[in-house]
Amino acid sequence: MEIPYTVKPRPDTGIYNAKVGIWLFLASEVMLFGGLFSAYVLLRVGADEGYWPHGWLDVRLGTLNTVLLALSAITTLLAWVACKVGQFGRFKFFHACTMALALTFLGVKMYEYHDKWIHYEIKLKDGRFADGHMIASDDTSVTIEGRYVTDEKALYDLRSQGPIPRDEIKISRSDILSMENYGPWHNTFLALYFTLTGLHALHILGGTLVIGYLWGPGSRMWKKDPERFTNRIEVSGLFWHFVDLVWIFLFPVLYLT
Amino acid sequence: MSLKAFHLIFVSMMTALALGFAIWGFVNQLPWLGLASLGVAGLVVFYGFYFLKKLKKISYL
Repeated sequence: MEIPYTVKPRPDTGIYNAKVGIWLFLASEVMLFGGLFSAYVLLRVGADEGYWPHGWLDVRLGTLNTVLLALSAITTLLAWVACKVGQFGRFKFFHACTMALALTFLGVKMYEYHDKWIHYEIKLKDGRFADGHMIASDDTSVTIEGRYVTDEKALYDLRSQGPIPRDEIKISRSDILSMENYGPWHNTFLALYFTLTGLHALHILGGTLVIGYLWGPGSRMWKKDPERFTNRIEVSGLFWHFVDLVWIFLFPVLYLT
Repeated sequence: MSLKAFHLIFVSMMTALALGFAIWGFVNQLPWLGLASLGVAGLVVFYGFYFLKKLKKISYL
Protein backbone atom coordinates (compact mmCIF):
# COMPACT_ATOMS: atom_id res chain seq x y z
CA MET A 1 0.00 0.00 0.00
CA GLU A 2 1.32 3.39 -0.93
CA ILE A 3 1.61 6.02 1.79
CA PRO A 4 -0.40 9.06 0.65
CA TYR A 5 0.88 12.63 0.40
CA THR A 6 4.60 11.93 0.87
CA VAL A 7 5.37 14.11 -2.14
CA LYS A 8 2.21 15.85 -3.30
CA PRO A 9 0.55 18.35 -0.96
CA ARG A 10 -2.55 17.22 0.85
CA PRO A 11 -5.52 19.26 -0.45
CA ASP A 12 -6.80 20.35 2.98
CA THR A 13 -3.44 21.39 4.51
CA GLY A 14 -1.67 22.47 1.33
CA ILE A 15 1.57 20.70 2.35
CA TYR A 16 2.81 17.10 2.37
CA ASN A 17 2.10 15.02 5.46
CA ALA A 18 5.63 14.80 6.87
CA LYS A 19 5.78 18.58 7.04
CA VAL A 20 2.54 18.71 9.02
CA GLY A 21 4.00 16.05 11.30
CA ILE A 22 7.28 17.83 11.96
CA TRP A 23 5.52 21.13 12.70
CA LEU A 24 3.23 19.43 15.21
CA PHE A 25 6.31 17.87 16.80
CA LEU A 26 8.13 21.22 16.85
CA ALA A 27 5.09 22.81 18.50
CA SER A 28 5.42 20.29 21.33
CA GLU A 29 9.14 21.05 21.50
CA VAL A 30 8.41 24.76 21.85
CA MET A 31 6.26 23.90 24.87
CA LEU A 32 9.03 21.73 26.36
CA PHE A 33 11.79 24.32 26.02
CA GLY A 34 9.35 27.15 26.77
CA GLY A 35 8.56 25.53 30.12
CA LEU A 36 12.25 25.22 30.95
CA PHE A 37 12.97 28.81 29.94
CA SER A 38 10.07 29.92 32.14
CA ALA A 39 11.57 27.94 35.02
CA TYR A 40 14.88 29.71 34.40
CA VAL A 41 13.25 33.16 34.50
CA LEU A 42 11.26 32.43 37.68
CA LEU A 43 14.20 30.87 39.53
CA ARG A 44 16.52 33.66 38.51
CA VAL A 45 14.10 36.40 39.56
CA GLY A 46 13.62 34.62 42.88
CA ALA A 47 17.34 34.12 43.55
CA ASP A 48 18.92 35.70 46.63
CA GLU A 49 20.76 38.98 46.05
CA GLY A 50 24.39 38.33 45.10
CA TYR A 51 23.95 34.59 44.73
CA TRP A 52 23.31 34.35 40.99
CA PRO A 53 26.50 33.39 39.10
CA HIS A 54 27.97 35.72 36.50
CA GLY A 55 30.88 34.78 34.27
CA TRP A 56 30.91 31.09 35.20
CA LEU A 57 30.78 29.95 31.58
CA ASP A 58 33.43 30.55 28.95
CA VAL A 59 31.95 33.06 26.48
CA ARG A 60 34.63 32.12 23.90
CA LEU A 61 33.48 28.49 23.84
CA GLY A 62 29.82 29.54 23.76
CA THR A 63 30.57 31.84 20.82
CA LEU A 64 32.44 29.05 19.04
CA ASN A 65 29.47 26.73 19.46
CA THR A 66 27.11 29.45 18.21
CA VAL A 67 29.21 29.85 15.07
CA LEU A 68 29.32 26.06 14.57
CA LEU A 69 25.53 25.76 14.78
CA ALA A 70 24.96 28.79 12.54
CA LEU A 71 27.21 27.25 9.89
CA SER A 72 25.43 23.91 10.25
CA ALA A 73 22.08 25.63 9.58
CA ILE A 74 23.53 26.98 6.34
CA THR A 75 24.94 23.59 5.28
CA THR A 76 21.57 21.96 6.05
CA LEU A 77 19.82 24.47 3.81
CA LEU A 78 22.42 23.95 1.08
CA ALA A 79 21.98 20.16 1.31
CA TRP A 80 18.23 20.60 0.75
CA VAL A 81 18.79 23.02 -2.15
CA ALA A 82 21.27 20.55 -3.69
CA CYS A 83 18.54 17.88 -3.61
CA LYS A 84 16.06 20.34 -5.13
CA VAL A 85 18.33 20.94 -8.13
CA GLY A 86 19.28 17.27 -8.44
CA GLN A 87 22.91 17.49 -7.28
CA PHE A 88 23.25 14.42 -5.10
CA GLY A 89 27.04 14.78 -4.73
CA ARG A 90 26.69 18.28 -3.32
CA PHE A 91 23.98 17.07 -0.96
CA LYS A 92 26.38 14.42 0.36
CA PHE A 93 29.09 17.01 0.87
CA PHE A 94 26.91 19.55 2.67
CA HIS A 95 25.31 17.02 4.97
CA ALA A 96 28.73 15.60 5.83
CA CYS A 97 29.69 19.17 6.79
CA THR A 98 26.55 19.41 8.96
CA MET A 99 27.49 16.23 10.81
CA ALA A 100 31.08 17.34 11.29
CA LEU A 101 29.91 20.69 12.69
CA ALA A 102 27.39 18.98 14.98
CA LEU A 103 29.97 16.54 16.33
CA THR A 104 32.42 19.39 16.94
CA PHE A 105 29.66 21.22 18.83
CA LEU A 106 29.12 18.16 21.03
CA GLY A 107 32.87 17.83 21.57
CA VAL A 108 33.07 21.44 22.80
CA LYS A 109 30.06 20.85 25.03
CA MET A 110 31.68 17.76 26.55
CA TYR A 111 34.82 19.79 27.24
CA GLU A 112 32.72 22.41 29.02
CA TYR A 113 30.96 19.74 31.08
CA HIS A 114 34.29 18.17 32.02
CA ASP A 115 35.60 21.57 33.08
CA LYS A 116 32.66 21.95 35.46
CA TRP A 117 33.00 18.35 36.65
CA ILE A 118 36.58 18.84 37.89
CA HIS A 119 35.86 22.30 39.34
CA TYR A 120 35.42 22.15 43.12
CA GLU A 121 34.26 24.51 45.85
CA ILE A 122 35.84 23.43 49.13
CA LYS A 123 34.56 24.77 52.44
CA LEU A 124 37.34 24.80 55.03
CA LYS A 125 37.04 24.48 58.81
CA ASP A 126 38.57 27.96 59.29
CA GLY A 127 35.61 29.53 57.43
CA ARG A 128 37.44 30.17 54.15
CA PHE A 129 36.59 28.70 50.78
CA ALA A 130 39.01 27.17 48.28
CA ASP A 131 37.78 27.14 44.71
CA GLY A 132 39.43 25.68 41.64
CA HIS A 133 40.08 22.73 39.37
CA MET A 134 41.13 19.43 40.87
CA ILE A 135 44.67 18.40 40.03
CA ALA A 136 45.21 15.53 42.43
CA SER A 137 43.46 13.82 45.29
CA ASP A 138 44.42 11.10 47.76
CA ASP A 139 43.42 9.91 51.24
CA THR A 140 45.26 12.71 53.04
CA SER A 141 45.08 15.78 50.78
CA VAL A 142 43.46 17.48 47.81
CA THR A 143 45.36 19.64 45.32
CA ILE A 144 43.54 22.22 43.22
CA GLU A 145 44.52 25.02 40.89
CA GLY A 146 42.54 27.93 42.21
CA ARG A 147 42.30 30.48 45.01
CA TYR A 148 41.08 31.10 48.56
CA VAL A 149 38.21 33.48 49.34
CA THR A 150 36.80 34.49 52.70
CA ASP A 151 33.31 35.42 51.44
CA GLU A 152 31.44 32.84 49.38
CA LYS A 153 29.77 35.67 47.46
CA ALA A 154 33.14 36.38 45.82
CA LEU A 155 32.75 33.09 43.96
CA TYR A 156 29.52 34.17 42.29
CA ASP A 157 30.20 37.33 40.31
CA LEU A 158 33.41 36.53 38.43
CA ARG A 159 32.79 38.98 35.61
CA SER A 160 33.23 42.05 37.78
CA GLN A 161 36.54 40.77 39.27
CA GLY A 162 38.64 40.77 36.10
CA PRO A 163 41.40 38.16 35.66
CA ILE A 164 41.53 35.88 38.71
CA PRO A 165 44.96 34.67 39.88
CA ARG A 166 45.15 30.91 40.25
CA ASP A 167 47.75 29.03 42.24
CA GLU A 168 48.37 25.42 43.04
CA ILE A 169 46.85 24.83 46.47
CA LYS A 170 47.36 21.69 48.54
CA ILE A 171 44.73 21.21 51.24
CA SER A 172 44.86 18.61 53.96
CA ARG A 173 41.65 16.56 54.15
CA SER A 174 41.52 17.17 57.91
CA ASP A 175 41.03 20.93 57.15
CA ILE A 176 38.04 20.32 54.86
CA LEU A 177 34.52 20.75 56.15
CA SER A 178 32.82 19.89 52.85
CA MET A 179 33.58 19.85 49.16
CA GLU A 180 31.42 19.66 46.07
CA ASN A 181 32.08 19.84 42.35
CA TYR A 182 30.24 22.15 39.95
CA GLY A 183 27.69 19.51 38.94
CA PRO A 184 23.95 20.16 38.56
CA TRP A 185 23.52 19.67 42.32
CA HIS A 186 25.85 22.56 43.19
CA ASN A 187 23.30 25.36 42.79
CA THR A 188 20.21 26.45 40.85
CA PHE A 189 22.17 28.02 38.01
CA LEU A 190 24.15 24.85 37.33
CA ALA A 191 21.01 22.71 37.62
CA LEU A 192 19.39 24.88 34.94
CA TYR A 193 22.58 24.98 32.87
CA PHE A 194 22.96 21.20 32.77
CA THR A 195 19.24 20.61 32.20
CA LEU A 196 18.86 23.12 29.38
CA THR A 197 22.13 22.42 27.59
CA GLY A 198 21.91 18.67 28.26
CA LEU A 199 18.44 18.48 26.70
CA HIS A 200 19.65 20.62 23.82
CA ALA A 201 22.72 18.41 23.34
CA LEU A 202 20.45 15.34 23.23
CA HIS A 203 18.49 17.04 20.45
CA ILE A 204 21.74 17.73 18.60
CA LEU A 205 22.73 14.09 19.01
CA GLY A 206 19.32 12.87 17.81
CA GLY A 207 19.39 15.24 14.84
CA THR A 208 22.89 14.09 13.94
CA LEU A 209 21.79 10.45 14.01
CA VAL A 210 18.86 11.22 11.69
CA ILE A 211 21.03 13.29 9.36
CA GLY A 212 23.63 10.51 9.44
CA TYR A 213 20.99 7.95 8.46
CA LEU A 214 19.75 10.16 5.60
CA TRP A 215 23.34 10.72 4.51
CA GLY A 216 24.18 7.00 4.64
CA PRO A 217 21.73 4.10 4.24
CA GLY A 218 18.67 6.38 3.94
CA SER A 219 20.11 8.07 0.85
CA ARG A 220 19.27 4.97 -1.23
CA MET A 221 15.81 6.47 -1.61
CA TRP A 222 17.30 9.15 -3.85
CA LYS A 223 17.53 6.61 -6.71
CA LYS A 224 13.91 5.43 -6.63
CA ASP A 225 12.05 8.46 -5.25
CA PRO A 226 14.14 11.66 -5.28
CA GLU A 227 11.22 13.99 -4.51
CA ARG A 228 10.27 12.07 -1.38
CA PHE A 229 13.90 11.96 -0.32
CA THR A 230 14.18 15.74 -0.83
CA ASN A 231 11.15 16.19 1.42
CA ARG A 232 12.82 14.07 4.09
CA ILE A 233 15.86 16.33 3.91
CA GLU A 234 13.61 19.36 4.30
CA VAL A 235 11.90 17.86 7.36
CA SER A 236 15.24 17.01 8.99
CA GLY A 237 16.39 20.54 8.13
CA LEU A 238 13.34 22.04 9.87
CA PHE A 239 14.17 20.09 13.02
CA TRP A 240 17.81 21.15 12.78
CA HIS A 241 16.86 24.81 12.41
CA PHE A 242 14.63 24.55 15.47
CA VAL A 243 17.51 23.11 17.53
CA ASP A 244 19.75 25.93 16.28
CA LEU A 245 17.11 28.50 17.22
CA VAL A 246 16.94 27.09 20.75
CA TRP A 247 20.70 27.62 21.05
CA ILE A 248 20.31 31.25 19.90
CA PHE A 249 18.19 31.74 23.04
CA LEU A 250 20.34 29.56 25.31
CA PHE A 251 23.62 31.30 24.51
CA PRO A 252 22.73 34.83 25.71
CA VAL A 253 20.63 33.55 28.62
CA LEU A 254 23.34 31.29 30.07
CA TYR A 255 26.64 32.76 28.87
CA LEU A 256 26.08 36.51 28.70
CA THR A 257 23.81 37.33 31.64
CA MET B 1 6.23 26.82 6.36
CA SER B 2 9.13 25.59 4.23
CA LEU B 3 12.78 25.34 5.18
CA LYS B 4 13.33 28.53 3.20
CA ALA B 5 10.92 30.48 5.44
CA PHE B 6 12.34 28.93 8.60
CA HIS B 7 15.86 29.75 7.45
CA LEU B 8 14.77 33.35 7.00
CA ILE B 9 13.55 33.40 10.62
CA PHE B 10 16.85 31.84 11.68
CA VAL B 11 18.84 34.50 9.81
CA SER B 12 16.75 37.25 11.45
CA MET B 13 17.38 35.76 14.89
CA MET B 14 21.09 35.42 14.19
CA THR B 15 21.19 39.09 13.23
CA ALA B 16 19.44 40.02 16.48
CA LEU B 17 21.87 37.84 18.44
CA ALA B 18 24.90 39.40 16.75
CA LEU B 19 23.58 42.91 17.50
CA GLY B 20 22.82 41.94 21.11
CA PHE B 21 26.29 40.43 21.45
CA ALA B 22 27.77 43.66 20.10
CA ILE B 23 25.92 45.65 22.78
CA TRP B 24 27.12 43.16 25.41
CA GLY B 25 30.69 43.65 24.20
CA PHE B 26 30.50 47.44 24.42
CA VAL B 27 28.83 47.33 27.85
CA ASN B 28 31.51 44.96 29.18
CA GLN B 29 34.41 47.13 27.96
CA LEU B 30 35.25 44.80 25.08
CA PRO B 31 35.02 47.23 22.13
CA TRP B 32 36.84 44.87 19.74
CA LEU B 33 34.19 42.23 20.42
CA GLY B 34 31.41 44.78 19.91
CA LEU B 35 32.85 45.90 16.60
CA ALA B 36 33.44 42.32 15.43
CA SER B 37 29.86 41.41 16.33
CA LEU B 38 28.55 44.41 14.41
CA GLY B 39 30.58 43.19 11.44
CA VAL B 40 29.11 39.70 11.82
CA ALA B 41 25.59 41.19 12.00
CA GLY B 42 26.27 43.01 8.72
CA LEU B 43 27.56 39.80 7.14
CA VAL B 44 24.49 37.85 8.26
CA VAL B 45 22.16 40.52 6.80
CA PHE B 46 24.13 40.41 3.54
CA TYR B 47 23.92 36.61 3.52
CA GLY B 48 20.14 36.83 4.17
CA PHE B 49 19.54 38.97 1.09
CA TYR B 50 21.90 36.78 -0.98
CA PHE B 51 20.09 33.61 0.04
CA LEU B 52 16.68 35.16 -0.69
CA LYS B 53 17.84 36.18 -4.14
CA LYS B 54 19.25 32.71 -4.86
CA LEU B 55 16.14 30.87 -3.62
CA LYS B 56 13.63 33.18 -5.29
CA LYS B 57 11.85 30.29 -7.03
CA ILE B 58 11.38 28.14 -3.91
CA SER B 59 8.05 28.48 -2.08
CA TYR B 60 7.69 29.79 1.47
CA LEU B 61 5.04 27.17 2.13
